Amino acid sequence: MVQNDLTIRIGGEAGMGLESSGAGFSKALTRGGLYVFGLPDYYSRIRGGHNFFSIRVAREPLYSHTEPVHLLLALDLETIRRHVDTIVKGGAVIYDEQEELPEELRRPGVNFFPVPLTSLAKEKGGREVMRNTLGLGVAAGLIGFDVSYMGSVIRDNFARKGQAVVDANLRVAEAGVEASGPFQADFPFRMAAVPDAPSRMILNGNEAFSLGALAGGCRFVAAYPMTPGSPVLHWFAAHAEEYGAVTKHAEDEIAAINMAIGAAYVGARAMAPTSGGGFSLMVEALGLAGITETPVVVYEAQRPGPATGMPTRTEQSDLLFLIHASQGEFPRFVLTPGTVEESFRAGWQAFNLADRYQTPALVLSDHYLAVAYRTVEADALDFDEVYIDRGTLLTERDLDALEKPYRRYQVTESGISPRAVPGHPNAVWVSTANEHDEYGAVSEDAANRIAQVDKRTRKMEGADRELEGPIWYGPEEAEVTFLCWSSTYGPLRQAVDWLNEKQPGRANVLHFSALHPFPLEAAEATLARAKRMVVVEGNSTGQMEALLRARTGRTVDGAIHRYDGRAFTPEYILAHLPEEPLPTAPDADADCRPSGRQRRPQTVGGRQSARSAFTSDEEV
Amino acid sequence: MVARKDFDGTERPTWCRGCGNHAILNGIKMALAEHDIAPHEILIVTGIGCGSKLPHYMKVNGYHTLHGRTLAVATGARLANHGLRVMTVHGDGDGYGEGLSHFLNAVRRNLNITDVVQDNRIYGLTKGQYSPTSERGKHTPTSPEGSIDGPVQPLAMAITAGATFVSRGYSGELRHLAWLIGEALKHPGYALVDVLQPCVTFNRSYAYDFYNERVYRLEDEEGYDPTDRTAAWEKAHEWGERIPIGIFYRGEPIPTYEEQVPALRAGPLVKQPLEPEWIRRMEAIKQKYV
Repeated sequence: MVQNDLTIRIGGEAGMGLESSGAGFSKALTRGGLYVFGLPDYYSRIRGGHNFFSIRVAREPLYSHTEPVHLLLALDLETIRRHVDTIVKGGAVIYDEQEELPEELRRPGVNFFPVPLTSLAKEKGGREVMRNTLGLGVAAGLIGFDVSYMGSVIRDNFARKGQAVVDANLRVAEAGVEASGPFQADFPFRMAAVPDAPSRMILNGNEAFSLGALAGGCRFVAAYPMTPGSPVLHWFAAHAEEYGAVTKHAEDEIAAINMAIGAAYVGARAMAPTSGGGFSLMVEALGLAGITETPVVVYEAQRPGPATGMPTRTEQSDLLFLIHASQGEFPRFVLTPGTVEESFRAGWQAFNLADRYQTPALVLSDHYLAVAYRTVEADALDFDEVYIDRGTLLTERDLDALEKPYRRYQVTESGISPRAVPGHPNAVWVSTANEHDEYGAVSEDAANRIAQVDKRTRKMEGADRELEGPIWYGPEEAEVTFLCWSSTYGPLRQAVDWLNEKQPGRANVLHFSALHPFPLEAAEATLARAKRMVVVEGNSTGQMEALLRARTGRTVDGAIHRYDGRAFTPEYILAHLPEEPLPTAPDADADCRPSGRQRRPQTVGGRQSARSAFTSDEEV
Repeated sequence: MVARKDFDGTERPTWCRGCGNHAILNGIKMALAEHDIAPHEILIVTGIGCGSKLPHYMKVNGYHTLHGRTLAVATGARLANHGLRVMTVHGDGDGYGEGLSHFLNAVRRNLNITDVVQDNRIYGLTKGQYSPTSERGKHTPTSPEGSIDGPVQPLAMAITAGATFVSRGYSGELRHLAWLIGEALKHPGYALVDVLQPCVTFNRSYAYDFYNERVYRLEDEEGYDPTDRTAAWEKAHEWGERIPIGIFYRGEPIPTYEEQVPALRAGPLVKQPLEPEWIRRMEAIKQKYV
């Protein structure tokens, strides 16, 4: 049976190299002309426990993972124990024949293929660790995927370890294909390579964001390691020499953002990537950038909080925190990319926004988007679209021509002041974290305070029109419109595709890739098209829902939440659809702003009763 | 030639009469003029505290930042533009309290930063609480029964962390202080100038008469060898009837951090181009994901 969509899952203990094996096989499938969505699932530990990597592969572009597994490569029995019930009828488990398979792990309709994973890896490759490659060779054989694509990835990945290692891995992969022979007849799912497919890329959100940031002129990155933001620092460190960037592994996140601010102050495009805990430490400095109008970019890949929370899991619970973080008031941007492509775009756009508005630009990702690998077309990351706009940054020549004393915080109509960087004799000034006058001198004068606050606030007038407005997916007219931000977009696309397959016109998606300043005009125009609105977000309190109400006065008709640390799947969304048909939402006209009588959103997901009780009290 | 008056600002300091900050301000101006560093060629990064307002009272590039974060901001500025001289000026609360970790990390990184610490052994701007360098048993609003914390030893800490220039000045000896700051500016790498500074309002037990009777210059001390790291570390603990000022330790310069960053070999980061031509080179990176 030729299958158009199947999932291979490899599982075992931390330290077995699952992620690199999974990523390598994902790349092989991509080179073989297939589309992949690869998702690592791991615990915050270096050894032991249970990790797995799911590879969904199809002939059509994919935007999310799904729950059913067709082929499970179990490097230990625990993997079978945990995942056997996700295997579809006709699916199979590849396991090491040296393991004694307990009867209670068997399931009717699921095939169990014993393969000498360890002994054959040792025999053909010399090392036990090569059993991952062996197992994936078996998988390739079973689905009828040409192993030569695996070979090309093995050559690239192991080249620096020498030809002997390359050859050993190639032998092991081939041996895996051979070992699959006796089982092929019992495994019905096939996913052959598409030989003449165009070349495509496979990468995750962290990588796409880093590429975008580098293309956008980011040359200074300071960070303190924190999952899942650290790979951005790793990425820049790996490319620093070649592309002329400076990276600094700082003593803590407070130092990291202050370093980025110092670098930005003297004119570099600088950022501090982190996760929520690190961002918490950065908050005071965010205000420094705000009041001194220093352009700085922060990338925050969310994980479940508070405090340490669940370090290697996903959540979308920092949205309102990022919008409001810091004492005092100052403008900022919060971008909420939902895909690899949007992560790339946010990477370079954030620096333009920060420079042009002389204020912090924050990019809010999440663990799911940050770490999941996705196959995209070769031109999906649009490098030609990238441009660098440094706003009112004064050039050397501008400064040469300066006659009057330089006013760094000149009150202008737009609120944006011509910006110099230190180093020119005509622009010698002091910036301060205190309120200040136009020249930068500390001032507590009441009229000046109003002038400077208004100036800073005024910078954002119309700024929301610069942001990408919400985008639609699905039919123009639909019974239900799902609203989302950040990574939830992927699973929602799949969910509405399935809904519309069964019943055309059932659902569509409205995805926000920027939420602050709120894209009001664009949102109002699009929200008017929605009949019933259901917000889908990875938190327990409904942060986007609250924001939507605060900014537009619109209430939604339902909400689906997930906050168990796991990413939304299309299946989860469909299983948690609001059951009762809901009355039609009010029109988006201005006279439909909230009155005393509010409709309470119907909420599903998680602990429903607790959530409902909370909502009724806490509605914004 | 740069003259001292080139640094004259338009704003009058808000410091008390007799505050040691006046001398520190003058010492910095004198040292910069002496070493021919113009106002636009240096960035003075300060934190928060009475003394951190210093750049407002002179003509110079200044960034008056957050309490304790002075050295972190300066590190970023220095890495992004090593064509610009960077000096930090901050108090003992800023440098050795809230910023203690940044202090030790700045020392071990050895960026070319001249770090001037206005050490008055008290919190001035918040009105007289004990500071990291206050002696044990200090009676203040936050330690009415006498502080229990022992004082930090900034000079010894700097030596231990690997600093190659460690010095102490005294605001009552302006010419000596200006000379020290100049030596620190000349030193390639992190250079500490801890400045004993009376706070005439909140720390009267350490006023000028206290220091005048006790301080002596290491340069006048026969047989003191500032290249002897162990002797310097011991000397850093001398405090009592005699209080040393001067250069405690001047080691062989070691490579600065910025000299060792590959991307900075092509010149200061901010001078390197960002033009689109450059972006095309990213095709090579894209290939890694194919």
